Amino acid sequence: MLNFTLWDILSNLLLAARWTVLLSLIAFVSGGIAGLLLLVARVSPVPPLRLAAKLFIEVFQGTPLLMQLFIVFFALPLIGIETSAWTSAAVGLTLFTAAYLAEIWRGCVEAVPKGQWEASASLAMTFPEQMRHVILPQALRIAVPPTVGFSVQVVKGTAVTSIIGFVEVTKAGTMITNATFQPFLVYGLVGLIYFALCYPLSLSAKALERKLNVAR
Amino acid sequence: MAYSFDFSSLLDYTPVLVDGVATTVGLTAVSTVLGVALGVGGAAARTSTVKPLAVVVGAYVELIRNTPFLVQLFFIFFGLPSLGIRLAEWQAAVLAMVVNLGAYSTEIIRAGIEATPKGQIEAGASLGMTGPQIFRYVVLGPAMAKIWPALTSQIVIVMLGSSVCSQIAAEELSFAANFIQSRNFRPFEVYFLATALYLALAVALRWIFSLMGQRMFAKGVSRA
Repeated sequence: MLNFTLWDILSNLLLAARWTVLLSLIAFVSGGIAGLLLLVARVSPVPPLRLAAKLFIEVFQGTPLLMQLFIVFFALPLIGIETSAWTSAAVGLTLFTAAYLAEIWRGCVEAVPKGQWEASASLAMTFPEQMRHVILPQALRIAVPPTVGFSVQVVKGTAVTSIIGFVEVTKAGTMITNATFQPFLVYGLVGLIYFALCYPLSLSAKALERKLNVAR
Repeated sequence: MAYSFDFSSLLDYTPVLVDGVATTVGLTAVSTVLGVALGVGGAAARTSTVKPLAVVVGAYVELIRNTPFLVQLFFIFFGLPSLGIRLAEWQAAVLAMVVNLGAYSTEIIRAGIEATPKGQIEAGASLGMTGPQIFRYVVLGPAMAKIWPALTSQIVIVMLGSSVCSQIAAEELSFAANFIQSRNFRPFEVYFLATALYLALAVALRWIFSLMGQRMFAKGVSRA
C-alpha cells in the first residue's frame, strides 16, 4: 500500500482549495450583480416586479442550497444547455447568493430615512435617479459589514457543491480519505482550511461594523 | 427535444417521501430543543465572569461558525470513529445539527443578553437575587423575546441545512429524493417536489415559531 505523508495530504487539499476560492469569488461577484438587480426590482415602484423579486427571495431562502443545486443540475439540460458540475455549481451558488444579498441590502435601503425618498422625488428625480444618486450611496455604507459577513456563507456554501461532483476542498477531502483511510486527519485539515478562509472574513466584518458604529 | 414532465410517477413513492419528511422534521425538532438549550448554556458561559469558560466557548463558536456544516458532519461521522466514537447515521446527523445550532444560538442569545439594561441586573441584585437567579428570572426572558426572530431564521437554516445529511445516508427528505430518482429516473420532478416540500416545511416552521413567540412573549416586549 502506498504511504501518504502529511504534506502529501495537505498539499493536495490546498491545490483543491484553489477551486473553493475561485468558485466563491465567481459566486460572490455574479451573485452581487444579480442581487443588485433583484434589489432594484424588490424596492421598485412597479408592483409585479416587486412581487416577483419577493417570491424569488422567499423561494431561495426557504429551500436548501443542495436542492437548488440539484434542480439547476438537472433543469439546465432540459432547456438544452449542456451542463457540467462547474456551471451548475456557479449558477446555483449565484442564485443563492443573489437572493440573500438582495434581502440584506433591502434592509439597508429601508434604513435610509423616508424623507430622502420624498426629497429626491420632490426634485423630480425618476426612480433610477433616486436609486443611483440618493438611496444607494447611503445604503452602501451600512451594507458593507453584513455583505462581508455573508461572504462567509458563500465560502461555506461551496462545500455543498461537492455533492453534485464539483471537486473543491471537501470533495478532495473525501477522495483523499478514500485513499488514505485517515478521515479524522483529513476532515480535520479540511475544516482548518475553511476556517483559515472564513475567519479573516468574519473578523473584518466585525471590525467594519465597529468602525461604522463609531463613525455614526 | 421536448421534455415531457411526469410527476405522476412520483405517486408510487409517497410512503418514501412521507418517511423522508418525518425524519427531517424529527431531526429538526430534536436538534432545535438540544441546540437552543446548548445555546442558552453557551451564552451564559460566554457572558460569565469566569474568563477561561468564556474563552473556550468563544473558540467553539468561532470554529463552528467558520466551517461548513457538511465538513462538521463528515468529521463527526467519518472522523470520530478513529477515536472510538461510533455513531449511527441519525445520531451523527443530530449531533452535527446540535453542535452547529448550539454555536449560532450561543451568539444570537448572547446578543440578546448583552442588550439587557444594566439597571435591571442591579435591581435584581438589590432584591437579594443570586447570579443564576438574575440570569433565569431577569435576563433570559427579555433576551429570548428580543432575539426570537433571529433564532427562528437560524433554526430554519439548520432545517434546510439538514438536507446534506443524506450524504451520510441519514434517511431524511433529500435522501428520499435521491432514492426515488435512482429508481424512476425522473430527477427533475423528484427534486422539484422535494424542494417544494422543504419550502412548505420552512414556511410552517416560521409560522409555528411566530405563534410560539406571540404566546410566550405576549407583553409586547418582543418588538425592539
